[in-house]
Amino acid sequence: METAPKPGGDAPPKKNKLRAKRKKPRERRNPEPQRTLSGAQDPFPGPAPAPVEAARKFRRIDKSKKLLHSKSKARSRLEAAEAEEEEASLRAARSELLLAEEPGFLEGEDGEDTAKIRQTDIVEAVDIASAAKHFDLNLRQFGPYRLNYSRTGRHLALGGRRGHVAALDWVTKKLMCEINVMEAVRDIRFLHSEALLAVAQNRWLHIYDNQGIELHCIRRCDRITQLEFLPFHFLLATASETGFLTYLDVSVGKIVTALNARAGRLDVMTQNPYNAIIHLGHSNGTVSLWSPAMKEPLAKILCHRGGVRAMAVDSTGTYMATSGLDHQLKIFDLRGTFQPLSSRTLPQGAGHLAFSQRGLLAAGMGDVVNIWSGQGKGSPPSLEKPYLTHRLSGHVHGLQFCPFEDVLGVGHNGGITSMLVPGAAEPNFDGLENNPYRSRKQRQEWEVKALLEKVPAELICLDPRALAEVDVITLEQEKKERIERLGYDPEAKAPFHPKPKQKGRSSTASLVKRKRKVMDEEHRDKVRQSLKQKQQQKEDGKKPKPTGTRSSALDRFMH
Amino acid sequence: MKVKMLSRNPDNYVRETKLDIQRVPRNYDPTLHPFEVPREYVRALNATKLERVFAKPFLASLDGHRDGVNCLAKHPKSLATVLSGACDGEVKIWNLTKRKCIRTMQAHEGFVRGICTRFCGSSFFTIGDDKTVKQWKMDGPSYGEEEEPLQTILGKTVYTGIDHHWKEAVFATCGQQVDIWDEQRTSPICSMTWGFDSISSVKFNPIETFLLGSCASDRNIVLYDMRQATPLKKVILDMRTNTVCWNPMEAFVFTAANEDYNLYTFDMRALDTPVMVHMDHVSAVLDVDYSPTGKEFVSASFDKSIRIFPVNKSRSREVYHTKRMQHVICVKWTSDSKYIMCGSDEMNIRLWKANASEKLGVLTSREKAAMDYNQKLKEKFKHYPQIKRIARHRHLPKSIYSQILEQRVMKEARRRKEVNRRKHSKPGSVPIVSEKKKHIVAVVK
Repeated sequence: METAPKPGGDAPPKKNKLRAKRKKPRERRNPEPQRTLSGAQDPFPGPAPAPVEAARKFRRIDKSKKLLHSKSKARSRLEAAEAEEEEASLRAARSELLLAEEPGFLEGEDGEDTAKIRQTDIVEAVDIASAAKHFDLNLRQFGPYRLNYSRTGRHLALGGRRGHVAALDWVTKKLMCEINVMEAVRDIRFLHSEALLAVAQNRWLHIYDNQGIELHCIRRCDRITQLEFLPFHFLLATASETGFLTYLDVSVGKIVTALNARAGRLDVMTQNPYNAIIHLGHSNGTVSLWSPAMKEPLAKILCHRGGVRAMAVDSTGTYMATSGLDHQLKIFDLRGTFQPLSSRTLPQGAGHLAFSQRGLLAAGMGDVVNIWSGQGKGSPPSLEKPYLTHRLSGHVHGLQFCPFEDVLGVGHNGGITSMLVPGAAEPNFDGLENNPYRSRKQRQEWEVKALLEKVPAELICLDPRALAEVDVITLEQEKKERIERLGYDPEAKAPFHPKPKQKGRSSTASLVKRKRKVMDEEHRDKVRQSLKQKQQQKEDGKKPKPTGTRSSALDRFMH
Repeated sequence: MKVKMLSRNPDNYVRETKLDIQRVPRNYDPTLHPFEVPREYVRALNATKLERVFAKPFLASLDGHRDGVNCLAKHPKSLATVLSGACDGEVKIWNLTKRKCIRTMQAHEGFVRGICTRFCGSSFFTIGDDKTVKQWKMDGPSYGEEEEPLQTILGKTVYTGIDHHWKEAVFATCGQQVDIWDEQRTSPICSMTWGFDSISSVKFNPIETFLLGSCASDRNIVLYDMRQATPLKKVILDMRTNTVCWNPMEAFVFTAANEDYNLYTFDMRALDTPVMVHMDHVSAVLDVDYSPTGKEFVSASFDKSIRIFPVNKSRSREVYHTKRMQHVICVKWTSDSKYIMCGSDEMNIRLWKANASEKLGVLTSREKAAMDYNQKLKEKFKHYPQIKRIARHRHLPKSIYSQILEQRVMKEARRRKEVNRRKHSKPGSVPIVSEKKKHIVAVVK
């Protein structure tokens, strides 16, 4: 019996029918109870209870998004991936039992207002090690101070306006270096580790070693007012009086881009630690969002009726707190609508804002620091009543929460103060990311790995997970090109050919009837689709006309 | 007031003595690990680049034959032994760990057409252009003895291929017809034939051990059943098949190395369409061998290269070539799925790694974990254009590269003409034939 391959019509060829059957995932049998020599049995058999609520934060797949043009193979793989993610998130939630530390707290008794509790009271009530974390450095000679903690929270860099630059390990109070740069210091930042410091001096940007040796003087960055370091991209962003936002790659030592913000003097800058976007505050009340990949700002948000004086973004990138010359302190939602969530009028405008790792917001107004807290890590701070307040011996010039300690560092006219803020910091750090107790060897290994996985600057955008999305545009482009090349669409549905049946069910009349059935079904689907589209168009057309336009006699000539 | 400050005891975070390992507490909260996707992407990019940096597959060249190597055979029980037959009738046995020839014998006058080992590994058979089948002992001759075959069988016609049964004391030769021999007899127990042309190679199925596949000069592949002593079915292709190899893991799948520069993987149960057409060679494919995992195979071609194909893909994942390697006649994948041996025209047998960037030897557990992680990253990000570009890049000799470009132009021209013909003729008169079906002429049962 000779069978040559049948020449089909214009039908795209069918797939091979003999495919290996997909195996179902093996179900794990319940393990039999372990029998020990002593006869003792596990009083809590089975795996540890997995809190379903906690598992939610480990899920990354957005199930509401649907994939268009998906084939059954891709869909089945997606389903398998979603099932795996469920299991993995439960396991990760279960592993949270192993986290050793608990966050701090401060509660007043019998309706006592925590804001009235003074730092000295807290110092008395707390253990010696924590009490030692509260200190005041009286440095009146060299001007108001700005400060910066390193990424691990172990080291502190301070820069006084009259040129005093120092770096120390504030926990052991061991001084690393102390120099006077003989020029005004406007801002100071640690680079990726405690080994390097960037100092924005009066004229240019200087980079120092933690021993005080000047390593670089970058003359292209002149008259800088603010510095921000993007740790995962090794980029130092500088905002200057000339209105330029310059990104400097500190690993290779090249200026990535110098963007003209076209808004005059740039005074107010902060970074969003979630997506590495730089926020610039302007004197017309707007906040613009910048990425080194684009010459124009990614977004502009109108925040205040006067100029914006301070901004801060929390560590998850969800909330932005801004304060302006109109004495308002507002919290905006960054991941979604960019609308203000809450606002508060302050007696005096806040010149400095800082978020802690657990969502506490600190505002420096004059010589007073107010701290507001929220429900926990994910929620915005409620601006009703402050959690803590403190009056300093001089006006606030710098504010930063220490990364893994319950401490707020304040730089002011009279030096540096380290305040105790129970519940501010993330209690459990990850040893492979930032480890305050790392040894020299561990730091070197970490530095090499961080440099190897340095993210290129072009990948900075509003959604850091954008790289994981399906590139629908390229997919559609490729599909179009393939259809053009082949002359037919290989994925189009093959026209229906009724299968030949036995026992007289394959007569011409029944074949025609079967074909008609399928054709009618397809026709009905098409009609339904077109009806839906027409309804959609109607609804779009019914949208309300823009208010403020009065109907006039000339309208008949418009449409 | 109730107050508690976060206070860590350094004893819990710093190691006690210098001899301990460092303590690394872990917290998998995603907020502590920002930029997951871009960092993983950069790690995948680095892993792909490093794979190309460490891709050094060539291991050794076994020198010693005085004419081109015509056939290779693996020892079924010893990974380090390989047998090779040359075009001047010499058969050499090599030790791969020492990379030396341990035994030489002048087996035939003329080409050694085929060589195959017995399943127990105690002896092997060779056939030559002098119409003889000789059986030899695997252990060398003891002191004072001469190199003599255990048995010599004289035939009437030239034999072109030999293969031994995987379980019984039976072997098959092919020439004018396919003969099944019992080892004790000097004449075949049965002969099977279908058609009038000479048969170039025969192979036993390793799983369904009574099945045989053979390729003949009249462009067909015939399957035989040894129990019924009849041919089962045949498939006629466009051009002649040089060799056939059965998949050691799937009982009914075999791959045919064809003269039209392609390889065809067939499912025995449905011969009308090949499961996959593997196209990457630019000249006739001479030999094919499967990996013991059954997931990949290696093919040797008249263009001076060998290519490794996955069974389910139509493009090769790897190409090995050297300036000194000329037309590759035979290729084998070792039984531990780690190495590939190829024998070529210029009298050398070359040993290659199956995974070009694999580190040989014992790996520490950390090395293994790091390599597994990198492998998973490469798989996860393999569709991204930058990573695909780097992973795909192979240096090719100028001859192969220019041939590829030329053949691409020719294929493009043919395709364009067919599209135009279809566009300008009555719809349905120019049928769309899939690439798989194009090369099959007929299936006969």
